[in-house]
Amino acid sequence: MLNSLDLPKVPMSEGVEKAVDWIKETFAWIFEPIKENVPDFLDWFASLLTSVPPLIMILVIAVLAFFLTGKKIGLTVFTVIGLLFIQNQGLWEPLCYTFTLVLFASLISVIVGVPVGILMSKSNWAQNIITPILDFMQTMPAFVYLIPAVAFFSIGMVPGIFASFIFATPPVVRFTNLGIRQVSTELVEAADAFGTTGIQKLLKVELPMAKATIMAGINQTVMLSLSMVVIASMIGAKGLGRDVLSALQNADVGPGFVAGTAIVVLAILIDRFTQLVNKNA
Amino acid sequence: MPVIKVENLSKIFGKKVKEAQSLLDQGYLKEDILEKTGCTVGVNRASFEVEEGEVFVIMGLSGSGKSTLVRLLNRLIEPTEGNVEIDGENLATMDKNSLRSVRREKMSMVFQKFALFPFRSVLENAEFGLEIQGINKEERSEKASEALDLVGLGSFSEQLPSQLSGGMQQRVGLARALANDPEVLLMDEAFSALDPLIRKDMQDELLDLQEKMQKTIIFITHDLDEALRIGDRIALMKDGSIVQIGSPEEILINPANDYVEKFVEDVDRSKVLTAEKIMKRPETVDIDKHGPRVALERIREQGLSSIFVTDRSRNLQGYVNADDVSAARKEGKSDLRDILQTDVPKVEKDTSIQEIFDLIHDSPVPVAVVEEGKLRGIIVRGAVIAALANGNGVTEDVE
Ligand SMILES: Nc1ncnc2c1ncn2[C@@H]1O[C@H](COP(=O)(O)OP(=O)(O)O)[C@@H](O)[C@H]1O
Ligand SMILES: [Mg+2]
Repeated sequence: MLNSLDLPKVPMSEGVEKAVDWIKETFAWIFEPIKENVPDFLDWFASLLTSVPPLIMILVIAVLAFFLTGKKIGLTVFTVIGLLFIQNQGLWEPLCYTFTLVLFASLISVIVGVPVGILMSKSNWAQNIITPILDFMQTMPAFVYLIPAVAFFSIGMVPGIFASFIFATPPVVRFTNLGIRQVSTELVEAADAFGTTGIQKLLKVELPMAKATIMAGINQTVMLSLSMVVIASMIGAKGLGRDVLSALQNADVGPGFVAGTAIVVLAILIDRFTQLVNKNA
Repeated sequence: MPVIKVENLSKIFGKKVKEAQSLLDQGYLKEDILEKTGCTVGVNRASFEVEEGEVFVIMGLSGSGKSTLVRLLNRLIEPTEGNVEIDGENLATMDKNSLRSVRREKMSMVFQKFALFPFRSVLENAEFGLEIQGINKEERSEKASEALDLVGLGSFSEQLPSQLSGGMQQRVGLARALANDPEVLLMDEAFSALDPLIRKDMQDELLDLQEKMQKTIIFITHDLDEALRIGDRIALMKDGSIVQIGSPEEILINPANDYVEKFVEDVDRSKVLTAEKIMKRPETVDIDKHGPRVALERIREQGLSSIFVTDRSRNLQGYVNADDVSAARKEGKSDLRDILQTDVPKVEKDTSIQEIFDLIHDSPVPVAVVEEGKLRGIIVRGAVIAALANGNGVTEDVE
């Protein structure tokens, strides 16, 4: 028959399982303390946000929007109406949890992603190895990351952050690489000609020149990690995703739509604010 | 001792460098080598020496290897073979740290497209080299400000480069290079991106600065005009090789081979020759001392149809026509002011023949060459035509 080669099935899935087990055991000394402490920290942070009266929080964010936009009224109005709506729908607490999740997931993505991007920009060799890995990370359905995430970190926000980290890091890596490689040869030559060390060149010329591009990557990373929120709720992460998920499970169109809208509002706010920070920085 | 000594310096771009080198040894040309090996000969065994305080111009057509050569001098490009000595130290073989100190302390570079850091203010740009050396804020901003003052940009410190015109941006580039107080300035087509008038200003300014600073300057250009104006010596490059080195006169008068000759011929002679080269000593009368009588005498003596009029300190006032003078003489007038014509065509010493040709074409009197209002010489139509025809200045006894 030409339909298949008559070979035994390659034991790939068994191999992956073994590998995950091995990682879990070998790096238990890393995973265990994270499992012990980080959930408490995240809860503490989220409850800190919740403890501020919503109206005061909304006011502060609106004032921030007003001044960051250079006293334009559009984003300020949107902030007030959007957040008041979320509060009105009783979704303030899930919002705080979702924000916490997105904040720390993106923070980790950036802290890891920017240096990796720098490495890639400096070495073609590194670029050739890392690029396919990034492609893989981004195209693999995000759900798949939940399985090892649970194996390593049990359930809750931490595996959510882990899964989001894998899914959302590629853009910041790619854009950092791109931004640095795009710095014009003349500027790089100028830096070299004045006798910069590698670090000086990076800090005083390349990163400042690449800043806008890197910020665009960060913006994408943040948006991707927000998109992981619903998925992360499947493994018990608190937040707006959980409301969407339970609406889905109960086929409740109304609550599902409301929670979904809240995520959209948050997405728009995060997007505009990261762009503003980029412009003003 | 020369400041820079280059020996057998070569750069071959590509993978099969060894093969390309041996083909080069066998006398193959750049194109053949590219075809056979895929390698580009950037610079082919360049040797020259540059003395302290000299302006050494490297000139050649686009692609002849000028940028590569100048980048071999500070090793932005690694040489394939050969030596570059600066103050007796071989740059080509020195380790990274020594190379860095040479770049920090001895040579600075000015770039064709300015290569300013757009996110840094003018002052911060000028400070860059000093900042890299770890010099403290106070000292470096003092030195950078001095450099900016030198190029006339002292009052623009706080601006961003994008707020300045091209010429001003390149002044910042120059100030950034000078702030380090380097021995050697490398200038790769530093003025080529500027429009012609600004370019000439910059050339003049560089020459003025050079008079004060006496740096050793390696100046790259593809423009013979510029080379002739700026260079103490000129090296001509073709296909990566230096085909002639000499003073501007030597290059013009004695082209080493057909290539140089072509290059020189290509330059419109009318642009190279200037008013100064073809002007004659002017016959004049002094408006404060002389009247129609003296004027008429001189006009007759020299067989002129008019004569230029100046004041006591040789400031040009105008001219008087022979006919008017003799009429005034008959009427017994004593002042030339009554018959003075002031519509004199005027040029500067460095005006090109081309421009003079256009002026003199429909002028009844010779063109006056003035410097800050003072009459320095006159140019008659015949001199312009002669110069255009054979390319030689008819320099006569000019004061
Ligand atoms: N990085 C490079 N890789 C390959 N070839 C190069 C490189 N840089 C320059 N060349 C080639 O070397 C020759 C000299 O170039 P260049 O020094 O830039 O000339 P110029 O400055 O006189 O215009 C050209 O044929 C050019 O194509
Ligand atoms: Mg060039």
